[in-house]
Amino acid sequence: MKTVIKGAGYILAHTPDMVLHNGTTQTTERIVNPESEYLKELPSHLRDWNTVLGYWPNQVYIGNKTPDDLAAIPQPWCDKTCDVNDRFGPYGQMMPQEEFLLMMQAVDVFSLVKLEKSFVETYKPVLAQNPLIDESILNRIVEGIDGAEIARLVAEEHSEGLYHNNVLVGCVNRAHDIDVNLSAHVMHENMVSKASSVLALLAALKNAGIDKNDVEYVVDCCEEACGDMNQRGGGNFAKAAAEIAGLNNATGSDVRGFCAGPAHALIDAASLVAAGTFKTVVVTAGGCTAKLGMNGKDHVKKGLPIMEDMIGGFCIVLTQDDGVSPEINLNIVGRHTVGTGSAPQAVISSLVTESLDRNGLKITDIDKYSPEMQNPDITKPAGAGDVPLANYKMIAALAVKRGEIGRADIASFADKYGLTGWAPTQGHIPSGVPAIGYLCDKIKAGEMNRAMIIGKGSLFLGRMTNLFDGASFVIQANSGPEAPAGVSEDEVKKMIAKAMREFAATLLAAEE
Amino acid sequence: MDLENQKRVLALSEEYGAENIVVLLGASEGEASSLAAETVTAGDPTFAGPLTGVQLGLTVFHVCEPEIKEEVDPAVYDEQCGMMEMVMDIDDICNEMAPIRAEYCKYL
Repeated sequence: MKTVIKGAGYILAHTPDMVLHNGTTQTTERIVNPESEYLKELPSHLRDWNTVLGYWPNQVYIGNKTPDDLAAIPQPWCDKTCDVNDRFGPYGQMMPQEEFLLMMQAVDVFSLVKLEKSFVETYKPVLAQNPLIDESILNRIVEGIDGAEIARLVAEEHSEGLYHNNVLVGCVNRAHDIDVNLSAHVMHENMVSKASSVLALLAALKNAGIDKNDVEYVVDCCEEACGDMNQRGGGNFAKAAAEIAGLNNATGSDVRGFCAGPAHALIDAASLVAAGTFKTVVVTAGGCTAKLGMNGKDHVKKGLPIMEDMIGGFCIVLTQDDGVSPEINLNIVGRHTVGTGSAPQAVISSLVTESLDRNGLKITDIDKYSPEMQNPDITKPAGAGDVPLANYKMIAALAVKRGEIGRADIASFADKYGLTGWAPTQGHIPSGVPAIGYLCDKIKAGEMNRAMIIGKGSLFLGRMTNLFDGASFVIQANSGPEAPAGVSEDEVKKMIAKAMREFAATLLAAEE
Repeated sequence: MDLENQKRVLALSEEYGAENIVVLLGASEGEASSLAAETVTAGDPTFAGPLTGVQLGLTVFHVCEPEIKEEVDPAVYDEQCGMMEMVMDIDDICNEMAPIRAEYCKYL
């Protein structure tokens, strides 16, 4: 049975105050060097809502612009304004901080998120205008409490403050007095992940045009962990988000693998559909507060705005074949194995060419590669280079070594087989998946036939193994109706009749 | 250089003696290579890690420098590094590494 990609959702939440209060670069600096020039300079580098709306890479993320449009704009992009500044796009939307804080309360089922009274009164009607937000979500937002009580909770009860325009407008309370896994910090981080995942889920389901009740299984692939002191990563973000999104017929589970998580999750989900276990499976992930302003020091030093101010989210809807939508080819799945090693050549071979070789394909038989799609506007000033471009150069060099392209073609390989990066540096968020919406559109339009999604993960960061990791798969044009498996009812009748005739003949022969 | 790696470099130098250690870098470009080389010779230039103010003066090379390439079986080198040799700016890396070694390495 084939698995097709029925739709995708991509969302961004603009959270400038969380850059200051929750990004680990900033929280670490506040501990190590509280009087630093960086912390003093930082607030003046934050972007306002209109600036992020007009930021080219953001408009590509929600689908109002394509990666091809972006490639035509000379870098840097942070000093240019996109000619589209709509917050809604074909893949999803950008959400301003005030709405996102309300979303955090809407997804909270343990009354941990508190918001100030006037803040709720002012912005709840605004959120109500959001086309993705229905009554079931709006009704979850409760009347606010006094600002003085919020200040007390932050000062005396270890609550994590929620700020808007540098004013304390709410907090996330701890869920336990001594359990660090239920601390206010962890609850805040997880609530942000959940809220952005729910928004991505709602966007993707709308785009896929399917009934919420059709979803049977949800896989979450973010990089957070929820649990208590007895089971630190017990889970299950997937089911928690499905509950808020109203997916009453679904259950789910979490798949983890650092930045490679989405690639693993999509292979798992596609296999569940292909096996016939479930008819509709969605893969979803919310964003990460810790990575907000991650490269802020370099951006501030170079006089640039803080571009890591967006929480990202995505969701991909997979269903059984509909005869039209692009399919995931589960025969062309690449994986970095325990024995692969960490030499770049071995890594790229395991993820790109090993699966192509098994299927008699060359590197140039894939129309587009989507590896780590980090926005180079963010990474280049931080000394990390252009990440997608570095990946394309490696794939091109491998193609040269295999004699599939000439050495002179390395320079043009990225233009032909690659995409310019646009995704926020939120780990799993840029990892191959941001291009799925665009690639499916291109494939459906007949402008492309095959694309490879590549996810890579730095497992050594968890200090459980020194190994690197990665997985890849191919999206391709729908190959049309499958030949029916097994035999038809007519054929069965004919076979039975034949068997009975033969049996009768043997009986007659025996009598003779 | 990653703070954890700095810690390990320091511990290994204390255990085996700085004169017995060779640090082999695999960074993808010149600036990152020279920063790492500076860290294990003159100390952490970012003043963040355990090697801040610690002048170990270790012998340090990038894996793509000719001194190292000559030491390796060509077939193995091609298998492990051939692809990246095409991708990286080797001249830039060599130009960044040589002055750091000349100035800070104590055991060459």
